[in-house]
Amino acid sequence: MPSLKSLKTRVSSIKSISKITRAMQMVASAKLRRAESRLAAARPYAKRMAQVMSLLAARAAGTPNALPLLNGRGKNQTHLLIVTSSDAGLCGGFNANIYRLARERALALEAAGKTVQFYVIGIKNAPVIRNNFSGKTVHATAREETSPVTFENAQKIAQDIIQRFDAGEFDVAHLFFSHYHSVLSQEPTETQIIPAAPGSGNTKAQDAANTNDASSGAIEFEPDEETILSTLLPRSIAVAIYQAMLENATSEQGSRMSAMENSTRNAGEMISKLSIQYNRLRQAVITTELVEIISGAEAL
Amino acid sequence: MAELHYELVTPSRLARSGDAFMVVVPGTEGDLGVMAGHMPTMTAVRDGEVAIYSSEHQIETKFHISGGFAEINEKGLIILAEEAKEEN
Repeated sequence: MPSLKSLKTRVSSIKSISKITRAMQMVASAKLRRAESRLAAARPYAKRMAQVMSLLAARAAGTPNALPLLNGRGKNQTHLLIVTSSDAGLCGGFNANIYRLARERALALEAAGKTVQFYVIGIKNAPVIRNNFSGKTVHATAREETSPVTFENAQKIAQDIIQRFDAGEFDVAHLFFSHYHSVLSQEPTETQIIPAAPGSGNTKAQDAANTNDASSGAIEFEPDEETILSTLLPRSIAVAIYQAMLENATSEQGSRMSAMENSTRNAGEMISKLSIQYNRLRQAVITTELVEIISGAEAL
Repeated sequence: MAELHYELVTPSRLARSGDAFMVVVPGTEGDLGVMAGHMPTMTAVRDGEVAIYSSEHQIETKFHISGGFAEINEKGLIILAEEAKEEN
């Protein structure tokens, strides 16, 4: 049986924790609103870029000297898993969900005899990956590289990744992030960003190229298709990473908000349970004291 | 004369969209004056000024853009730029 004093201190400490969680919830919801609007603002660009890329990619798919960033190098031995995560904790299962998806993928790839490397964006998933897949992290970003989430930061990361690709460090890159649907639902998602064309070199892509030519008619290119494509490809990778970082930042706030809401509620429940226990105990103590006094008086 | 629909998009926001008489795009191969009904074109854009004309002699506004790319299709003109700053 806990003493009266220990119950009292527990209640007061839970109260102060619930103050903190409530404050964090409110901060997260304010940040979430801001992140949501940034995400919405970034969508048109990403959408347009994706449209242009798919058009160009479909046209370039048939050409033999296509770019390695688009069509790959004909190998898929080494896979780079780009895993995003948050820079701060206390956001529920947010980071763990992304990690779980990436881990499943990594284990499946390793089982198929492929080499797996990790590139970690955001500090929170880095230690987990370092522990479970030791020596396979090629780079983990520092806090300054990812916050604030700006296009310049995303571009720097993209450049680093493209340099590694050009140096032949890996053949295929997968990007893992949390797709933001709403406050209550964020879905860990995987996309392949290098090579950019998923069905590269197969007949499907060529079919798409043919139908596209027929439907869109002649398009004039200045300077020419390949020059445009080679400048656009790195940019589209940067856009994909930027988009993933934004989705992630929004999901993180949403996830933190609901996690903090839950813990505030839990704290409330615990406080009421402990207060009942405290009151019962107090009454029991009073009763015992009374009994002691009365029986003492009777003995006189 | 039909108006040209244009959109100027950056990664962080949709900088401007609307209808104009003509938009002058600084292409890498030279400036392009894009009006409604321009042939479908894709062009890389050098860092420079995009001028939006509300009528033949009237410049509505100018944007300084960098890191850009423009697409013209039957629906209009789309400029994707890394940065776009309105000039006044």
